[in-house]
Amino acid sequence: MYTQALNTKETVTAAEDPAREARFQARIDAEDRIEPNDWMPEAYRRTLVRQISQHAHSEIIGMQPEGNWITRAPSLRRKAALLAKVQDEGGHGLYLYAAAETLGVSREEVTDQLLSGRAKYSSIFNYPTLTWADIGTIGWLVDGAAIMNQIPLCRCSYGPYARAMIRICREESFHQRQGYEIMVTLANGTPEQKEMAQDALNRWWWPSLMMFGPPDTASQHSDKSMQWKIKRFSNDELRQKFIDATVPQARHIGLTMPDPDMRFNEATGHWEHGPIDWEEFKRVIAGGGPCNRQRLTHRNKVHAEGAWVREAALAFAEKERARTQQKAA
Amino acid sequence: MSVTTTSIAVDETPLVLHLLRRADDALILGHRLSEWTGNAPTLEEDLALANIALDLIGQSRALFDYAGSLCGLDEDQLAYRRDARQYRNLLITEQLNGDFACTIARQFLYSAFIDPYWREAMSSSDATIAAIAAKAEKETAYHLRHASEWLIRLGDGTGESHRRAQAGLEELWPFTGEFFEVDAPDQSLIDAGTIPDPAELHDGWSSRINTILARATLTRPKDSWMQTGGRTGRHSEHLGHILAELQYLQRSHPGAKW
Ligand SMILES: [Fe+2]
Ligand SMILES: [Fe+2]
Repeated sequence: MYTQALNTKETVTAAEDPAREARFQARIDAEDRIEPNDWMPEAYRRTLVRQISQHAHSEIIGMQPEGNWITRAPSLRRKAALLAKVQDEGGHGLYLYAAAETLGVSREEVTDQLLSGRAKYSSIFNYPTLTWADIGTIGWLVDGAAIMNQIPLCRCSYGPYARAMIRICREESFHQRQGYEIMVTLANGTPEQKEMAQDALNRWWWPSLMMFGPPDTASQHSDKSMQWKIKRFSNDELRQKFIDATVPQARHIGLTMPDPDMRFNEATGHWEHGPIDWEEFKRVIAGGGPCNRQRLTHRNKVHAEGAWVREAALAFAEKERARTQQKAA
Repeated sequence: MSVTTTSIAVDETPLVLHLLRRADDALILGHRLSEWTGNAPTLEEDLALANIALDLIGQSRALFDYAGSLCGLDEDQLAYRRDARQYRNLLITEQLNGDFACTIARQFLYSAFIDPYWREAMSSSDATIAAIAAKAEKETAYHLRHASEWLIRLGDGTGESHRRAQAGLEELWPFTGEFFEVDAPDQSLIDAGTIPDPAELHDGWSSRINTILARATLTRPKDSWMQTGGRTGRHSEHLGHILAELQYLQRSHPGAKW
């Protein structure tokens, strides 16, 4: 998911205070919300900081592939909708950085981690948007996958994250519908448009499945997150929900999943998929995707180019403060 | 093989022409601002510039819609299938974004003109124009406030931001004369009370500029030769590139729906 790189093992520290931890766990078990001023185990805090900041970074980096089509959107209605969507994603980044701040990490700190390449973001945004159909596909699949993961996060044990998620989910589902509607239009359009839609689906399908992270057999991180109710479903469970929701949508508009093994299992009522290329997933997470360098270089360039503006705003605020003080004196 | 064009012809009555002028201003400036998305100096500014771009694109749609209803075309035909020489926008709107100071200077100079323009147009004898103006004015009042605040911050910020803001103003000043041009078709609309007379907005614009520049510790550029041509389709080199991007899908898939 947007936080798929969390599947690395958290260093296990000795219980800080077993009695306190037990009380903390009891609150979680009772579906109590943990708030910023409540005591929490250090590992809980660290896990959340990583998850929320990775999620925020994904929103910010995700502005690039979609922003790539704003100036080329094929109608004024689509142009306005895409611009508003990319703006929403920036807004999601803002709420999430604010949620991370409640855990004692500043936006500057986590931004530095992103810019230096120490922090991860979702692997999906390291793929390029090559045609207009990619914009439809991203809304449909990427926002669709994000919703699968984020709806349970609306019940996350940490209050500020859960509340940010409620607002974000509402917008993501709007993005998903909008993306699917682009696909419907293309699939019902000229042969060239339909081919464009199929090509985009071919390229984005497998990376979308990888958004849910490694298979449960290989995921090291979920147990504690499940126990803390940061996470409520396993990677494979969420992936399956996504596939079951999406395959009928593709069939409905005459598009084919690029998976020869895809079949409906009458007994289980689920769509079964062929093998996912986990080597590709690992490679892209580790920096070897088509756009990893481009995305990070761009983010760094924008940050560096904006430095003088941020400095000017600070200098001006400082002068204003001095002027107000002088007036008061 | 016969060669056909995807371009359309528009019957430019004075009212259609004026609506296209205002619509093209809003679309092209909105397009330019949308180029900042994901590229602004702060995340907050990413959102703010996208907001302004969205307002402007929305204004252009309302204006195209009205113009189209008078000449039998729709908003996308008007936006995507006129050539650069049929575009009627002010030259200032198509200029390169430059740095953030340049973009802010452009937004300030334009908003200081267009906001009072829309306020006057709210009492147009044409009910549709009056309604479009009422909505647009609320938006441009915010655009003007946003740009003014930034210009003051940059002008009175650091040495570097001051220098960049002054450079942006100097760069764009020669494009401000075009705001106040009136030709025969526009004059007929002014006489009929359909649109405001821009000449009457000049003094207010000028004093607004002076007030904000004073607070920003910036110097008002000297008036000298002013650029002209946008209103009759004689553009700078930049517009062709904007339209090449903006129109390419519509042009390369004639007749397709998106
Ligand atoms: Fe988002
Ligand atoms: Fe989204």
